[in-house]
Amino acid sequence: MNKDRAIQIGFTGIASSSILVVGLIFLFLFKEAVPFVKQPGLTALLDSRWIPVSFQLERFGILPLAAGTLLVTGIAMLVSVPLSALAAVYIAEVAHPLEREILKPFIELLASIPSVVLGFFGLVVLAPLIKQLFGLNSGLNAFTGGLLLALMAIPTIVSVSEDAINSVPTSFRNGSMALGASRMQTIWRVVVPAALPGILGAVMLGTGRVIGETMAVLMVTGNAALITSNPLSPVRTMTASIAAEMGEVPFGSIHYQALFWVGIILLLITFGLNFVARRVSVRYGMMR
Amino acid sequence: MVREETASPSVAIEVNNLSFYYGASQALFDISISIPERQVTALIGPSGCGKSTFLRTLNRMNDIIDGTKVEGDILINKANIYRDKIDVVNLRKRVGMVFQKSNPFPKSIFENIAYGPRIHGIKDKEKLGELVKQSLQQAGLWEEVKDRLDNNAVGLSGGQQQRLCIARALAVQPEILLMDEPASALDPKSTARVEELIDELKTKYTIVIVTHNMQQAARVSDRTAFFYEGRLVEFGKTNRLFTNPKEKQTEDYITGRFG
Amino acid sequence: MNRQLKETITIQLLRFTTYAIVCVVGYILLDIIRHGLPVLNWAFLSEMPRRGGSEGGILPAIVGTLYLTLGTVAIALPVGIGTAIYLSEYAAPGRLTETIRLAITTLAGVPSIVFGLFGLGLFVLFCQFGPSLLAGSLTLACMVLPIIIVTSEESLRAVPQAFREASLALGATKWQAIRTAVLPYSLAGIITGAILGIGRAAGETAPILLTVAAFFLPRLPASIFDQVMALPYHLYILATQHPDTTKVLPLQYGTALALLTMVLGLSLGAILVRVHFRRKYQW
Repeated sequence: MNKDRAIQIGFTGIASSSILVVGLIFLFLFKEAVPFVKQPGLTALLDSRWIPVSFQLERFGILPLAAGTLLVTGIAMLVSVPLSALAAVYIAEVAHPLEREILKPFIELLASIPSVVLGFFGLVVLAPLIKQLFGLNSGLNAFTGGLLLALMAIPTIVSVSEDAINSVPTSFRNGSMALGASRMQTIWRVVVPAALPGILGAVMLGTGRVIGETMAVLMVTGNAALITSNPLSPVRTMTASIAAEMGEVPFGSIHYQALFWVGIILLLITFGLNFVARRVSVRYGMMR
Repeated sequence: MVREETASPSVAIEVNNLSFYYGASQALFDISISIPERQVTALIGPSGCGKSTFLRTLNRMNDIIDGTKVEGDILINKANIYRDKIDVVNLRKRVGMVFQKSNPFPKSIFENIAYGPRIHGIKDKEKLGELVKQSLQQAGLWEEVKDRLDNNAVGLSGGQQQRLCIARALAVQPEILLMDEPASALDPKSTARVEELIDELKTKYTIVIVTHNMQQAARVSDRTAFFYEGRLVEFGKTNRLFTNPKEKQTEDYITGRFG
Repeated sequence: MNRQLKETITIQLLRFTTYAIVCVVGYILLDIIRHGLPVLNWAFLSEMPRRGGSEGGILPAIVGTLYLTLGTVAIALPVGIGTAIYLSEYAAPGRLTETIRLAITTLAGVPSIVFGLFGLGLFVLFCQFGPSLLAGSLTLACMVLPIIIVTSEESLRAVPQAFREASLALGATKWQAIRTAVLPYSLAGIITGAILGIGRAAGETAPILLTVAAFFLPRLPASIFDQVMALPYHLYILATQHPDTTKVLPLQYGTALALLTMVLGLSLGAILVRVHFRRKYQW
């Protein structure tokens, strides 16, 4: 009996390691980033330029990086949300059961393609296409990055939305049909609204994935730290900055610390998104 | 308080003022009963009356449900199973249980029976083999399966599966056997086979059986306890209780006026 | 009539959108297979790279990725299964369980590059492992932990309660019941989770960028403190850092296909394992 108790305590300890890891992530990100607060001070992060290596004045404004992330994410969501929602409705409500069994795993397959492979595809196939299409000097820009990220968001949004639509009780559908509504009317006026919280949660999960995505954007967005709203201009995202610059900075330098601040901000954004998404889905009974 | 009326055989389980709670709702109210040794005691009553809950207090299977609470005493072999720092594992070894729906593990017939002895530390192949044979014989299943002990138990028929579960319970050599509607999912022929088996087993074991089937209670049991809304209404010799119930509620139930 | 037409058009629009996505997925796979297959021969897979990766094969990258993923699973699997067992068998609803679940969701959402920063700060610098197989595996293990936990917990919960009851009623201790009447029947899901975790670990670049990956290292690792090459990083380097990227394009396609085959093969393996066990255990 005592042995059983000891085993239970052991498992509780193992399970708590997830909490430990999350704690350590926050701890070590802050540990590396914190000297920055004294010199040059946190306000330096609000600068409008990111010029980490310079012979005159180094500037560590995160704003251009945040703007880059925002622009690319915006494009990705603008493309992926409508497409994914329509596909989710089709798979859940229209598709033949057998069709559904094939379609869903196939689209989910997209999620398991490594991002560096998608980035590579973007680099050698998509970017030249965009370049030709818009007559640009280079196809490496926010738009190309956004399209590629949309591809990465689609499987998440489709899969989670489809589950949400599927969990709408059949009685809702029957009720609506019994009142003489057509199949499409039922879908748009009853089923989709009922599944909306779940779809919203799916969009938030997809957004989190897009914001945190690194390799694909690093490879195709052109990596110029500009504040711009032109989708055909090259941009540099927060994740890409860390990946591109961390390999070359001296450990402990101000530039190094600034990159850890970028990481902290990324972490907080995705943490917030996931927290809200989880709240939404728990409230509407989408998750356990 | 309902006590046994005539000169009773020795008592296997003595229950005093037992109350049981799921969270805030009370499921059993002040139950007192003496269950005789090596006889079959049937628990009857409409569904939701607490008979299954009561059965599961006898081997503390309710412990695995969160937020349950027990008041009162249950004595088995003079030891209070809810006090006295009793070892639940030991208790369940002495008090076997057969469930409503047969629940064999998806492994071989042999491994199903050997499961209990193995977890209690018996490793010797020969001894395990002997136990398996003996348990299957007691459960009247040996002749049917002796040539295919390595087959998956899930492939047996429903009635065979249930007798396999009985054999599995016997393999840990209990003193008491609790059966929770063991035949409710079986066809009439298999049911008859299980009832015969119960009749054979009572020479060696104390059996407590929950059933919603009054004919079954009348056929297999020596004593019957009637539960209603969490209370023990009446307890007595089965013959007497069915022919001459003392309580109005018992009479209404056995004559089919409700339930 | 008008309404019927509208209904038909809507359905066709939905169908068109869905199949457009399917076509894009298919096109990506086809493009990589078409260009990668001619490069993918035994020499390419079994030879050392030469001249900074612009010639020769990708053996050290394959071996590096293999070691990394094995290390990752060796670390993440025990912790993941243990956590899953706690959540499905022991956890009482309450603050601790809630916090653990929140931590798992949080981990699942942490951007991969942030895992890289974390691994750099904790394992490479603080623990002084340096950029190494050990540091990289530990970092990737933190990343795949949620995948393993979630799939394992699901499969533990799918084991019928009747099995636990049967075992406990025979006098098993709680741990005996879990070990003998629950774990064996959830093996399929646990293996599935492990394979999915391996697939994820094999394909990730950002976390290993800072913790283990070597640019060009034409030899095989000798200890867990060695740096290694890895397939995804190798592809990234070939595609973006090489002076003459068009010249090495076939090598890029070959590497991409090798990586894709490995990752998708693992996903497929996970599906097959699930199907196999589902057929074996039916209850």
